[in-house]
Amino acid sequence: MSKFRTNIMVCGGTGCLASDSEKVFKNLKLILKARGYADEVQVIKTGCFGFCEQGPIVKIEPDNVLYVRVGPKDAKDIIDEHIIKGRTVDRLLYREPDKGKKAHKQEDMPFYKKQLRIALRNCGLVNPEDIYEYIALGGYEALGKVLTTKSQKDVIDIVKKSGLRGRGGGGFPTGLKWEITSKQPGKTKFIICNADEGDPGAFMDRSILEGDPHSVLEAMAIGGYAIGADKGIIYIRAEYPLAIQRLNIALKQAREMGLLGENIFNTDFSFDIDIKYGAGAFVCGEETALINSCEGKRGEPNYKPPYPAEKGYFGHPTCVNNVETFANIPPIILKGPQWFASIGTEKSKGTKVFALAGKINNVGLVEVPMGITLREIIYDIGGGIQGGRKFKAVQTGGPSGGVITEEDLDTPIDYDSLTAIGSMMGSGGMIVMDETDNMVDIAKFYLEFTMDESCGRCTPCRIGTKRLYEMLNKITSGKATMADIDAMKQLCYMIKDGSLCGLGQTAPNPVISTMKHFWNEYLALIKDVDNYQEEGRYIATNKDGTTIRS
Amino acid sequence: MKVKSLEELKKIREESMDKVNLREHGEINEDKIEILVGMATCGISSGARETLNEFVEEIKKEKLNNVKVIPVGCIGYCHSEPTVQVNISGEKPVLYGNVKGKRVHEIIEKHIKGGKPVENLILHVDFERA
Amino acid sequence: MLQIKMGLRLDLSLKRGETMSNTKEMINIKINDKEMKVPKGITILEAAHEAEVKIPTLCHLDLHDLKMVNQTASCRVCMVELIDSKNNRNKLVPSCVTKAVDGMEIRTDTLRAITARRMAVELLLSNHPNECFTCPKNLECELQALAKELGVREIKWEGERMNYPRDLSSDAIVKDANKCIYCRRCETMCNEVQTCGILSGIGRGFDAFVGPAFNIPMVESSCTYCGQCVAVCPTAALTEVNHTDKVWKVLNDPDKHVVVQTAPAIRVAIGELFGMEPGTIVTGQLVASLRRMGFDGVFDTDFGADLTIMEEAKELIYRIENNKTLPMLTSCCPAWVKFIEHQFPELLEVPSTCKSPHIMFGTIVKTYYAEKNNIDPNNIVVVSVMPCIAKKAEAKRPELTKDEGNNVDIVITTRELGEMIKEAGIDFKNLPEEEFDRPLGETTGASVIFGTTGGVIEAAIRTAYEWITGEELKEVEFNQLRGIEGLREGKVKIGDKELTIGIANGLGNARKLLEEIRENKSKYDAIEIMACPGGCIGGGGQPYHHGNDEIVKKRQEAIYREDRRKKLRKSHENPEILRLYKEYLGEPFGEKAHKLLHTHYEARERI
Repeated sequence: MSKFRTNIMVCGGTGCLASDSEKVFKNLKLILKARGYADEVQVIKTGCFGFCEQGPIVKIEPDNVLYVRVGPKDAKDIIDEHIIKGRTVDRLLYREPDKGKKAHKQEDMPFYKKQLRIALRNCGLVNPEDIYEYIALGGYEALGKVLTTKSQKDVIDIVKKSGLRGRGGGGFPTGLKWEITSKQPGKTKFIICNADEGDPGAFMDRSILEGDPHSVLEAMAIGGYAIGADKGIIYIRAEYPLAIQRLNIALKQAREMGLLGENIFNTDFSFDIDIKYGAGAFVCGEETALINSCEGKRGEPNYKPPYPAEKGYFGHPTCVNNVETFANIPPIILKGPQWFASIGTEKSKGTKVFALAGKINNVGLVEVPMGITLREIIYDIGGGIQGGRKFKAVQTGGPSGGVITEEDLDTPIDYDSLTAIGSMMGSGGMIVMDETDNMVDIAKFYLEFTMDESCGRCTPCRIGTKRLYEMLNKITSGKATMADIDAMKQLCYMIKDGSLCGLGQTAPNPVISTMKHFWNEYLALIKDVDNYQEEGRYIATNKDGTTIRS
Repeated sequence: MKVKSLEELKKIREESMDKVNLREHGEINEDKIEILVGMATCGISSGARETLNEFVEEIKKEKLNNVKVIPVGCIGYCHSEPTVQVNISGEKPVLYGNVKGKRVHEIIEKHIKGGKPVENLILHVDFERA
Repeated sequence: MLQIKMGLRLDLSLKRGETMSNTKEMINIKINDKEMKVPKGITILEAAHEAEVKIPTLCHLDLHDLKMVNQTASCRVCMVELIDSKNNRNKLVPSCVTKAVDGMEIRTDTLRAITARRMAVELLLSNHPNECFTCPKNLECELQALAKELGVREIKWEGERMNYPRDLSSDAIVKDANKCIYCRRCETMCNEVQTCGILSGIGRGFDAFVGPAFNIPMVESSCTYCGQCVAVCPTAALTEVNHTDKVWKVLNDPDKHVVVQTAPAIRVAIGELFGMEPGTIVTGQLVASLRRMGFDGVFDTDFGADLTIMEEAKELIYRIENNKTLPMLTSCCPAWVKFIEHQFPELLEVPSTCKSPHIMFGTIVKTYYAEKNNIDPNNIVVVSVMPCIAKKAEAKRPELTKDEGNNVDIVITTRELGEMIKEAGIDFKNLPEEEFDRPLGETTGASVIFGTTGGVIEAAIRTAYEWITGEELKEVEFNQLRGIEGLREGKVKIGDKELTIGIANGLGNARKLLEEIRENKSKYDAIEIMACPGGCIGGGGQPYHHGNDEIVKKRQEAIYREDRRKKLRKSHENPEILRLYKEYLGEPFGEKAHKLLHTHYEARERI
């Protein structure tokens, strides 16, 4: 790419294609060739910029200029004016709809950035303790619109059409979940917000609740209306005091303004929300465990079926959605399902918030469109690996996921592709490891977490994870034999096969995936193979040629 | 006050606009400056509360009546907490990272009073909002 | 020798068979190549029985008639493979909770399923004390039986084991958390059937076990010691406090005069411990073996039961005639008494003030019997053989031990007596039948039926009828009061009065009746309550039924058979009882009787 001085990027997303970006692309290429710039300037078709209502979008790099509503005829001006003469084509620049004012502020300038913030749209922008600021940014309009102009079915249809899937990790279609709950018999139904975030290093939900609590309350009311619930519950871990405090302030303000309570927007719909506190058990993020905990029972999962949508909170149909899922709802209502569905990949729409951690330069929270590659997240957004070291692997899906190595970094990520490469979306933890990391230790770290967080209900998870952990200890202390490794593999699959809930079923994933990708590192620790060094010390070589020392 | 209809909500929105106009549109008619301090758990644990207090103190001391300090949520830049955004009407908002101790004074002196952003503290914003 | 028959499942499938023809909707499934039609809604485990396929289970327990089902799906021993060749997505599911659905293809015999099942057991064993030899549940342990059934020959996994101290705090139940396999049967029993809410999951992950909240010692909890947790525990995590050593000690003390009494429910159950069919009546062998063990007096708690009826019937008549508190509740069951003390402390005037039969008998032994035989009561040791664990704690209640010395000194369960007989080398099965000692040995059919739910109140009615009407009661069997269901009611006409009788077995059912009383909605004149499902025949100290509730029903049939065998069937016709009153006690419900045979209750905290 570097041999071209300029790149012209033409959006090839569905939205832009529909508005003729294909012709724009062709014209740009033809004219470039005609003007003799084909060797200097490259025209590239890209994925969606997330700005479809202004499409077709053309972006010039490295100039960072973005043109909107580019017609096939505009190709000539872009080449002649911008590329050849270096003058921006003013009439194609983005203008703010009402004021006809050209954008000059960075946030408003819709030139393509890797991140697109839907769930986090207000975080860091709005005072979370001031409902008027939220309203000023369009808050509660989605609720008003829904209650005064939409039927329950309309709302469900909108969410279904948007393609939104559960952001807690499972990826179940949200609209479908709402529909199933709405169709259950019974007058009393509940909608629960799952704010029991527990992956190590993940804090997406906390950020939303701390930065923009009203968006979750508004979405819960919308969801409540859609499924026929008049009661919502936010299940939040007690270790999130600030989020709890801001939620309580937000609840009070919303009630005072009648946006929660009886006859909201003067309609028949009444809805209010309670907060229930969790004690921070990871497994309580599993919806049946969460409901048990809400009911005051021991926080441990139940066998499904029945699913919460059939028999949930105190036996009533209950819909459990994650914080981030909810945060996506108001924009979907206001901007329409097509807008949301235009972002992302075929089966995973919209954006996903990730918490970047580990050996990455820009540790933090990012929200990116589905379909972005891990390489873009790690290098373009995350700023690459600390200390200029070599990337080794990235763990997604928290302790339930697996490691992804260099060879899969260019996979466009969505729910299905991550599963296909042996990991999972999960709730959004993303931990980056560099060449100095010992992968057996990494597997042990994750396994220790799930072992500690197991509720203990079923045998494979209660005792199996313990034994697996002990086995890993045996390996890292250089005392294991190949027979132990074989037994361990069998145990991994048995725990996956035999556990009652997702926690156990996914607990061995870090072990399985590190064994798959970094087998040499395991091998190096085994007593009865050649390159065993001495008690607990070993040298191993990875597939990629890096050497591991312990 | 209870909101009874969508129209009423929109009216409230209009009335509240001035609260966020500077942030939304970057330009307002008044000579008003906003300092947004990231006050989520991550920010606070990195010292955002002290930073916020120092801004308030400094502004009081300097009698800068047109400057408002607003606590906001997390912007996601954990690597550079505490983060502070300065919005001055008609100018590009500036996001600063690692704003602690003396840097508060520096921002007040150079940017708020002097109108010149403190270049070495600036963070590049690499996202857009839906 | 290791023969734990899980007879329940067979029984269950029979029952399902009956309903099968009635159920309209049938579905087609395939189990291990066998195609079959089963009613919609049944689990794979149940369907497998129809296919003559045995799936091992551990945590699963379905006490059908006792309305107790443990379906925690937690042990993962009953995993089977669902075949989905179309999508190439076979998966393992627990057969105990997974409902069969139309078109389902199930395999119980794939390597994947077998491995998962066996590994589940291996994992359990890897965290289980390796002490079968000395374990109280040796050869009665379901985990042990399962290990044999699945051919476990080595425990692959070495590692840390749970290491908790045993809870020996109570006089009745020993809790050994290290043997807890977390099946949660006890928890289901304690919370859902008995509604006591004592036992629940403690700790998390590897450290999880079942115990009272905050793992307080059992003695500090509101436990009633009904022992139903012990009855359903598959291992020795919950057992009774063993008192056999104490008994051997006193039997070998020449200064002690050791008197034994056996409860009505023992004679229809203890034979099971010697390989006899459930429901075999072994009263004669029981007496013979006790005598051979060296007891100086071998008596029948039935005598105490007849005495109880004299007092209780009189108290009922007194309450009816003087418009005192009604309904009156029976008080023979110490677990039930403790339940009301903890859970309904405001209703303590409702139960009869009668001591329980074995405590009454102990009192009589240490007073009347001692006087008559000129023995210093301090040298008498009364041993009760009870189907019950709560009786162990009852015998230690301060109000029952302070006045007359220890009225009952040692309580052992049916199981403990069985062990002692075996240890003594007595060939129980082939013993010649012998009779209880006299006096205090004559008993009636009324007292025998104390051993089953409905029996105490039937016995009381037999006597109250004749006392109220002054007429002879011709038909002594009140079928309207019989049965095994947890909550029953029956009407009994006595002269111009019609009494409405309520009967509850299982403390959860008792709770319902007590709640009615508290809300002044009770329609009953008298209520019989027994803490254990089925009554004392299903007591926590009885031979383990291992999930086969048919056994409990067979014991009940035997109890009624024994009643019919008796010449005397009404307590007040017992000549020795009449003599006791005449010579010693005076009037039933009179002053001396009150002093010796009645007690009081104490409000207790609910923890």
